[in-house]
Amino acid sequence: MSVLSHVFEQAGLATVGISIVRGQAESVRPPRSLYCEFPLGRPLGKPNDPAFQTDVVMAMLALLDRTDVPVLEDYPEIIEEQGSEASSCPLPPRHDPSLPAPIDELRGLRNAYERNLEATGGRTLVGRVAPVDELDTVIEKFIQVEAGTPLADVGWDEVSIIAASQDLRAFYEEAGLQLADNTGARQLLTWFYEATETGRLLVRVRDVLKAGREHKLAAMYVVPGTQESPA
Amino acid sequence: MSADATIRSGVSGLPAPEIEPVATVLGKPLSECRVAIVTTAGLRPNGDIELWLDGTFTKLPAADRDLQLSHFSPNFDRAGLTQDLNVAYPADRLDELAAAGVIGSVATDHFSFMGAQTDGTFSTILQDTGPAAAQALLDDEVDVVLLTPV
Repeated sequence: MSVLSHVFEQAGLATVGISIVRGQAESVRPPRSLYCEFPLGRPLGKPNDPAFQTDVVMAMLALLDRTDVPVLEDYPEIIEEQGSEASSCPLPPRHDPSLPAPIDELRGLRNAYERNLEATGGRTLVGRVAPVDELDTVIEKFIQVEAGTPLADVGWDEVSIIAASQDLRAFYEEAGLQLADNTGARQLLTWFYEATETGRLLVRVRDVLKAGREHKLAAMYVVPGTQESPA
Repeated sequence: MSADATIRSGVSGLPAPEIEPVATVLGKPLSECRVAIVTTAGLRPNGDIELWLDGTFTKLPAADRDLQLSHFSPNFDRAGLTQDLNVAYPADRLDELAAAGVIGSVATDHFSFMGAQTDGTFSTILQDTGPAAAQALLDDEVDVVLLTPV
């Protein structure tokens, strides 16, 4: 981001960027930055709050007149992430004990996922490695990897297992948006990895990959790096 | 320490290229400037949601809101973007500012890169894809670029 600012200014474009990591802006020194201490992933601060977002954009535009570069100003409001408190999404009761618990759970959340799909006009992040109807199979592969099956034997490489993990997270977070009101920054993420069967499965798979030392990229990105292993 | 604080602390010390900043001076009022968004959120047109791992960019037609997050990193909140693209890609806000006469116009296309490169190098963006995107913006007579990360 900050590197692009340099390239664009050198080409004759005036730039101003949002900085989300102050230390990084201080070291890369882009010409004009507005440091926004907002949750990572939400650089304009608040979803569905046009007035707030416009205020941030206006604060950016106000820096364009500055030529005493590098300029690094702080947006006056700080917004903290809320990941210490998980979204309070109710989980479906066990329905079919013959199924692995994560698959039973996923099926129980399908209606909520469909409601969110309808609310967003069909926009979903599910589908990188499998459409929603085939997520059972994705979970089965994670169960196999947890049991020690090599990635190649389930048809995955390091990138596809990361993509598969994102399909599952997207399904749960999109369903979760329809199940709870407390969906502030990182709250659905915490709910997924700490409260759901599928999220906990992904954390265990991360630990298996990490112990194997063979797939460092996958071990780093299959769940967030800050996600702790279960005690 | 919160997860965001841990991540901020971790990436603050990463190596950075030493580039002396220069400032392009706007030769006209903002109300006459053409403005584009360049985001490093890794957004792509819907249907193109393969994971994105390199320094390439994609054009996002300015009227298109049917976009998907293709960023490889799991380390940031995604639910906000799922609810409202403008929380990282303020295209609606820019359209409103153009309609209100605050800015002159909105670019034909916005641009998307994928931030937090896995190889930790900047050479592709500095030498190849960054200058190519800059030229495309200049060809569209863009004056101002707003950069938004995730």
